[in-house]
Formats: sequence, structure tokens, C-alpha cells
Amino acid sequence: MSVLLAFGCAVLFATGTWMLLQRRLSRILIGVGLMGHGANILLLTSGGEGGESPIIGTAPAADFSDPLPQALALTSIVITFGVTAFLLALGYRSWKITHDDVVEDDVEDRFIASRWSSDQIVEESREAEREQAADEDRL
Amino acid sequence: MNALIPLPVIVPLLGAALCVVAARARMVQRVISLAALTSNVVVSIILFIRVDDDGMAVTQAGGWKAPLGITLAVDRLAAVMLVVSSLMLLWVLVYAIGQGAEESRFAAFNPVYLVLAAGVSASFITGDLFNLFVAFEMMLVASYVLLTLGGRPGQVRSGMSYVVISLIASTFFITALALIYAATGTVNMAELAERTPELSSGVRTGFSLLLIAVFGVKAGLFPLFFWLPDSYPTAPGAITAVFAGLLTKVGVYAIIRSQTLLFPPDAQQGTLLLVVAGLTMVVGVLGAIAQDDLRRMLSFHIVSHIGYMIFGLALFTLAGIAGAVFYVVHHIVVKTALFLVVGLVEWHAGSDRLSRVGGIVRSAPMIAVLFAFPALSIAGLPPFSGFVGKFALVGAGIESSEWVIVAVSLLVSLLTIYVMVRIWSNVFWGEAEDAQVEARMESEAGRVPWVMSAATSVVVAMSLLLMVFAGPLYSFAERTAADLLKPEQYVETVLRGGS
Repeated sequence: MSVLLAFGCAVLFATGTWMLLQRRLSRILIGVGLMGHGANILLLTSGGEGGESPIIGTAPAADFSDPLPQALALTSIVITFGVTAFLLALGYRSWKITHDDVVEDDVEDRFIASRWSSDQIVEESREAEREQAADEDRL
Repeated sequence: MNALIPLPVIVPLLGAALCVVAARARMVQRVISLAALTSNVVVSIILFIRVDDDGMAVTQAGGWKAPLGITLAVDRLAAVMLVVSSLMLLWVLVYAIGQGAEESRFAAFNPVYLVLAAGVSASFITGDLFNLFVAFEMMLVASYVLLTLGGRPGQVRSGMSYVVISLIASTFFITALALIYAATGTVNMAELAERTPELSSGVRTGFSLLLIAVFGVKAGLFPLFFWLPDSYPTAPGAITAVFAGLLTKVGVYAIIRSQTLLFPPDAQQGTLLLVVAGLTMVVGVLGAIAQDDLRRMLSFHIVSHIGYMIFGLALFTLAGIAGAVFYVVHHIVVKTALFLVVGLVEWHAGSDRLSRVGGIVRSAPMIAVLFAFPALSIAGLPPFSGFVGKFALVGAGIESSEWVIVAVSLLVSLLTIYVMVRIWSNVFWGEAEDAQVEARMESEAGRVPWVMSAATSVVVAMSLLLMVFAGPLYSFAERTAADLLKPEQYVETVLRGGS
């Protein structure tokens, strides 16, 4: 059981990391979600072997599964849920502004790096980001 | 007295709830927020005085004994952080009300700001690693909302990367917690301190590194700082001041706490932290030199100064940690003051670009004076508090014969002076290089509201008080460092309720 959970956890982390490296916020969001699930499963397995539900009087105390990681996992699920909802709202806002949810680079950085005409830099970096996102979409 | 401990968290949260109810009445919201934050200041000062006299105070939430319940503990470090942070939160709110921009446009501002205050306080007083995670999240979620409050394209863009990076750091925090719980069976910091010596040294070092990485993202350590200069400048004016002054320092606090309390000396990452500190200082200040935008310049500059604090901690000596604690307190006040002044410059000139603004010394000498004091202090010129902090850190470095880092820190100090001089000569001297800016500076619109100037003056005055009371504050920092180097006392008080 633990091996299976550990394996599942590894798969979630791996796929989550892959999704995080994409350009589009919608994919990054899925990546964050997957990684969050991986972390929560890890938290759940940290309590050791599963057992009876830990309610006093229903089973001998020695058979109880550890309730603390369950409580911790529940808290972290709620928090991840809230933040994911916020990110979705942000993605929607971004879509309303630019009709896209590509995560853009910091233009000021490039501007400082080259001290060039800033409008041109903005255009070029937007263009490159869109192309990268389109490439990823084709995959 | 122990009943006071949860108040810095509970009062702002209650205030936030009331502010939501009073969403339509901005005046009521303001009264509630100011009252809640004032109560925080009073409670923190009482706690500070009592803790310094009688030793640390502990309370167990819900009355459950230590390893089971949630421990709330205030020792000297937590007490001083509470006092400084509550003062800054209060005056920045006054400033935001005076500015009237986001604060008066959005009903969400006041409640979210109070949640931020509660999250910051909770991070300082918690004695439980998982609760620290919850406190961080409270603070971060509030900061996400405040950062993107206007919904402008720039804010949405930088908000996306800020939220995603914070989320990844939080995921790593959960991972670290899961592994630590699996290895030790506890998340209570005092109990962890007793159990980590039983772990094998490899596991211990792994945990130590994992926690440094998690808190390093929040503190803005090299190489994890890249999100900071990108996102902070886009936040509404007053909010940037709170972020710059407080949020990174909560990360630094967590690094200091976890390194000194949780890990025995052989798992403390002295050398690694020294290298990271040196790189953070250099990269931060070089980044600041290259910028044209005042806020981005100061944001890079925060990163550079985080390096000084980590440098003090990394020595793991009494003098080093005392210097770090002093520097954290100094930096919170001075950096907040600088960002508030940048807000004034922006109001006055309508821009914060070095290449456009100029000649403020003549058009608004008051702003120039308000900038000069914190700028000189942060550059480390005597007799300001920045000098005392840097002097203490360099002295501690020499004592430990860490010559390289001492040389780096002195070099970075020189570069800091260069940054401040560059700001001064571009923004305050010379001529405005932009007709729009010039017109605004001369017109009625460029006159800064008195509440904003007053709030900034108070914060600048506090930074001067740090200079006047540098002696007592430094001896307090030494007592704090002595506590931090003897974690047995913390463990004893939390677990067995007495020293």
C-alpha cells in the first residue's frame, strides 16, 4: 500500500513539474494542482500504516491510524483549493485583458539589459512567448 | 500575561470580519482597522516589556498540553518582531488612508490588510511548524490579493508569477513537513528540537537544507529572489512598503528560528549560508545599480540587505546573531520609510523613473529631507542605525575570521552608497527631464496630502529613534542572541512550562 502511494506521489510530482514548465497559466495551474496532490499524499503517508478510524470507543487505541497527518492534509487541501481558485480568477482576468493566458516575462528586465526602445522589446518578447505557447499547444 | 499572546492574531482577524460586514461604510472600516492595529501595537509592547523582564511567555491554544496542542510562544526575538511589525502595519495603513487610492476604491482593502497583519503576527508567535505554514499562507493569500487589487495588466502579469512561485514554495513546505513528521513524529518545534539530534546526520542536513530553500524563497535569498524585484514594484504604493519592510523579514525570521532551534550545530548550514549571503548581497546591489525605476531599484536593494542578515546568522556566534537581529529591526523600519518616501515622490512628480524625475530638492524640500535620513542610514553612514548594524556584523565577522564575507559586505556597503547617491542626484538634484513631470510638480496636483507626509515622518522619526536608542537595542539583541544559542531553555519552557 505504502509503495503504491509512494509511487503515485512520485508520478504526481513528476507530471506536476512538467506542467509547471509550460507557458500557459491554465497548464501551470494543473501542474500546481498535481504537485499539491503529491505533497498531500506524502503528508498522509507520513503517519505510517493505516488502521481503524481514530474515534475513541470504536476500536482499541493501538489499531488507530494516526489522525494528525490527516488533519494536516485536510488543512493543506483547503488552502491549496483557495489559492487555486484565486489563480483561476487571475487567469480569467488575464484572458479578459490580453485574450490569452500566457505568463509573460518581465519586460523591464530586458529593457534594462539592452537599454533599447522599450516598445520594440515589448512586442518582440510578447511575440516570442506566444510562439513558445503555440509550440507547446501543438505537442 | 499569557492570555495576551493570541491577541495579535485574533484581534486583526475579528477586525477583518467586522470590516467585511461594514463593506459599504469606508469610515467604519477605517476606524475598525486602525483600532485593531493600535491594539496590536499596545499588546506587542506589553508583551515585549514583560518578556524581556521575565523570560519567554507560552500559551497552549485550547488548553491542550504542548506536543498535542498548538503552541504559541513569545520569546525575545518574537516579541521585538511583533513590536516593529505592528508599528509598521499601523503607520502604513494611515499612509494608505491618506493616499486614498486603492484603500478608498476597494472595499476589500481593509479586511485583507488586517488578515495580512494577523498572518505576520501568527508567523512570529507560533511554536508549531505546521502552524507556521498556516500563518505563512494567511499572510501570502492576503498579499496575493493586495498585489493584484487594481487588476491592471502589469499587476496581473507579475501577480501570476508571484502566486505560482509562492505556491511552489508552499508545496515544498508541505513536503518538508511530511518528511519531518515521518522521521520524528511531531511538528511542534520544541519537541522537534529534542528529537532532531536522534536522527542520522544525513537526514538532519537534508531537512535543514529543505527548510532553508522553503524560507529562502520567501526571504528572497540568492538564487531564489528573482520573483521579488519583478512583483513588488507593481503593488499599490503603500502596500509595496509593507511587502518590502515586512514580508521578506518574516522569511528571515523563519530561517533564524528554524536554524537555531531545530537543528544541532552540526546540521546548521554555516558555510552554505555564508556563501549564499555573500552572493545575495552582491547580486542584489548590482541589480539595483542597473535599474531606472526607483521602486525596482529599492526592491533589488532589499535582496542585497537580506544578505547582511543571513551573514550574521551564518556565523552562529553571539555577536553574529545579535548583529543579525539588530539589522532585521533596523531594516524593517528604514526600508518601510524609504518605500513610503518613494510613494511621496510618485505622488509629487507623477513618476518614479530616475530618467524623468528631477529637482525635488527645490520643489518639495520636505520629501528630500524625509528621503535623506533613511537613505543615509541604509547606506551605513555613522551615526545612523545602519552603521551600528553593519559595524556589529563586520565586527562579528572579523571575530570569527571570515575575511571574505567581511570584505564582500564592505564592498557592498560602498555600492549601496553609490545607489543612494545615484537616486539622490537623479531624483532630488538636477532638473526634471520631462515636461509632464515638471508641470505636475509645479501644479496643485503635485502637492502631497498631509496625512501621507505625516505618516512617513513618523516612520522616519522611528528610524531616527533606532539611532538614538541603538545602545539599549543592541544589548537587547545580544540577550536575544544568547537565548537563540541556548535553545534548551525554549524547549524547557514550552514542553514543561518552566525554566
